[in-house]
Amino acid sequence: MDQFTINLLFVGASFALYIGIAIWARAGSTSEFYAAGRGVHPVTNGMATAADWMSAASFISMAGLIAFTGYDNSSFLMGWTGGYVLLALLLAPYLRKFGKFTVSEFIGDRFYSPTARLVAVICLIVASVTYVIGQMTGVGVAFGRFLEISNTSGLLIGACVVFAYAVFGGMKGVTYTQVAQYCVLIMAYTIPAIFISLQLTGNPIPALGLFGEHQASGEPLLVKLDQIVRELGFNEYTAHHADTLNMTLFTLSLMIGTAGLPHVIMRFFTVPKVSDARWSAGWTLVFIALLYLTAPAVGAMARLNITELMWPNGTDGEAVSIQQIADDPAYDWMATWQKTGLLGWEDKNGDGMIQYYNDGNAEMQAKAEANGWQGNELTNFNRDILVLANPEIANLPGWVIGLVAAGGLAAALSTAAGLLLAISSAVSHDLIKGQLRPDISEKGELLSARIAMAGAILVATYLGLNPPGFAAQTVALAFGLAAASIFPALMMGIFSKKVNNSGAVAGMLAGLIVTLLYIFLHKGWFFIPGTNSFTDADPLLGTIKSTSFGAIGAAINFTVAYIVTSMTKPIPDEIKELVESVRVPRGAGAAQDGH
Amino acid sequence: MTDQTNTVSTEESDRSYWKANVRLIRISLVIWALVSFGFGILLRPMLSGIPVGGTDLGFWFAQQGSILVFLALIFFYAWRMNTIDKEYGVEE
Repeated sequence: MDQFTINLLFVGASFALYIGIAIWARAGSTSEFYAAGRGVHPVTNGMATAADWMSAASFISMAGLIAFTGYDNSSFLMGWTGGYVLLALLLAPYLRKFGKFTVSEFIGDRFYSPTARLVAVICLIVASVTYVIGQMTGVGVAFGRFLEISNTSGLLIGACVVFAYAVFGGMKGVTYTQVAQYCVLIMAYTIPAIFISLQLTGNPIPALGLFGEHQASGEPLLVKLDQIVRELGFNEYTAHHADTLNMTLFTLSLMIGTAGLPHVIMRFFTVPKVSDARWSAGWTLVFIALLYLTAPAVGAMARLNITELMWPNGTDGEAVSIQQIADDPAYDWMATWQKTGLLGWEDKNGDGMIQYYNDGNAEMQAKAEANGWQGNELTNFNRDILVLANPEIANLPGWVIGLVAAGGLAAALSTAAGLLLAISSAVSHDLIKGQLRPDISEKGELLSARIAMAGAILVATYLGLNPPGFAAQTVALAFGLAAASIFPALMMGIFSKKVNNSGAVAGMLAGLIVTLLYIFLHKGWFFIPGTNSFTDADPLLGTIKSTSFGAIGAAINFTVAYIVTSMTKPIPDEIKELVESVRVPRGAGAAQDGH
Repeated sequence: MTDQTNTVSTEESDRSYWKANVRLIRISLVIWALVSFGFGILLRPMLSGIPVGGTDLGFWFAQQGSILVFLALIFFYAWRMNTIDKEYGVEE
């Protein structure tokens, strides 16, 4: 059986499973569509939230970004897990106690203002749409590889599947489907990692293998990796090269953004009790940590494997020959990925070999001249292909490759579906039912929810064709936006009895607009390529990249909110009582549909 | 919900419940920041003398340790808060 058939079997079987579950638990009423009743156990909820949360960015993209940068990209690991501490301590239990369906409902009620609710909805939509663009990038990579077609065709086909999938069921269908998706996803991520860790270090646990001994050389794995990349003129893997201020702000943005993302927060509305909301955040992180503790090992080991494949005779010997790439089955993955347009090589000096090195490094340029090399010949290695290509690079059995294809699609699909739900509920529930037409029928509400989904996916697909970065980088921008707009409003709403309606509205608007401006200035207006005035290599403010700006946006949000509050009318007594009641778990009961 | 005749003392007890909660949050967040921004990034040079499997402790905290501490923190907070809920009689 060839690899394509095996992939087809694995992907087909996993899809049949999800669709079966979705039919079995199809959403009937609006409340089921959004929040699945409240009978979801914290462990189940944690698993579903983990699947919802771990998207193309975590599964497909992150390890690749770590692999090619090393320690400096640890921000992704700390940022995307550390946010759950904020969520568990600062938001989840209180929002569950408040007991409504959506984040913007809380903001609207706490800041006693339909305007605040409207602004929250806008912030939510901006962050979620940006997030979906990142997902679509990942969907394109996954479908392109799986169907062995170009990235663009993969993206278009993937978009249709995501849409059909999200429209099919509401949250309830999605909750149980996502439990299944989590299982597929985590197996797909860890099984190849275990194989590779065993191959390289003899340790079956990748997180330990990362700090273990490289069996072929007898040296610690990370020492070997540092040495081999240094010899090719790249930055040492474990060393700190990034700007410390930018790295700190980036990590903080990802953390705050995690706690401000509507589709994650929404999950904590679906647990039965306030205490369950606290446990649920913990369980979610357990399931996420299984992937996140493995990811750095995947990155480091893949980098070592790729480098050794390109230099089969050691970095002092001859590079891999074009003949060997064509004939040796160990290099079959290169031809497969070349078809997607995401991997490319070119024999610039015509010596029949492909020299992979850092041609930006002065020392290497001297060495290249002496050896007659004319630049790095592994010309294109898209970071987003690393995880999906990893089992092929390590020469693992066909069924592992099929499993990874199914896992990558599960990751991208589950998050895209969760986000589309968040967007559609924001538009239909908060915007149309909450503001424009309170008398809309349930049927009309469901219809508008689906139209909103279609709109969001069209925009995301269009922008996903020319994404502002690799999947995880685009997603990081979405986190920056959520960090700058939603998180401060929620936190002030719970922890302050002073911040009033005008303060919250001004704060959210200031945070959102300034952050959005900073991102557009660096990534192009509305992410349209070529319309940017600055680049992240040479940012507007010192060393602060657009992906790191969320933390500053959040600080602006807090500051503006406090200043405006101090200049306007204090909040009414009944709102103070609302805040007091949110702070105490007693009498939480079931959530109500407020409008 | 609340006992109407006892609103004043309930209010007081709710206030000290909230204070206990905020104190716990503050302690937890100090640890949260210490293991990630501290050990993982800013204090890494100070930890460079402690070797861990081919690299140093700061690298381990950035890629493994911080995540493990985050997990412990959330479960500790959930357990501790549920106890505090009962102490103040505010559980559901």
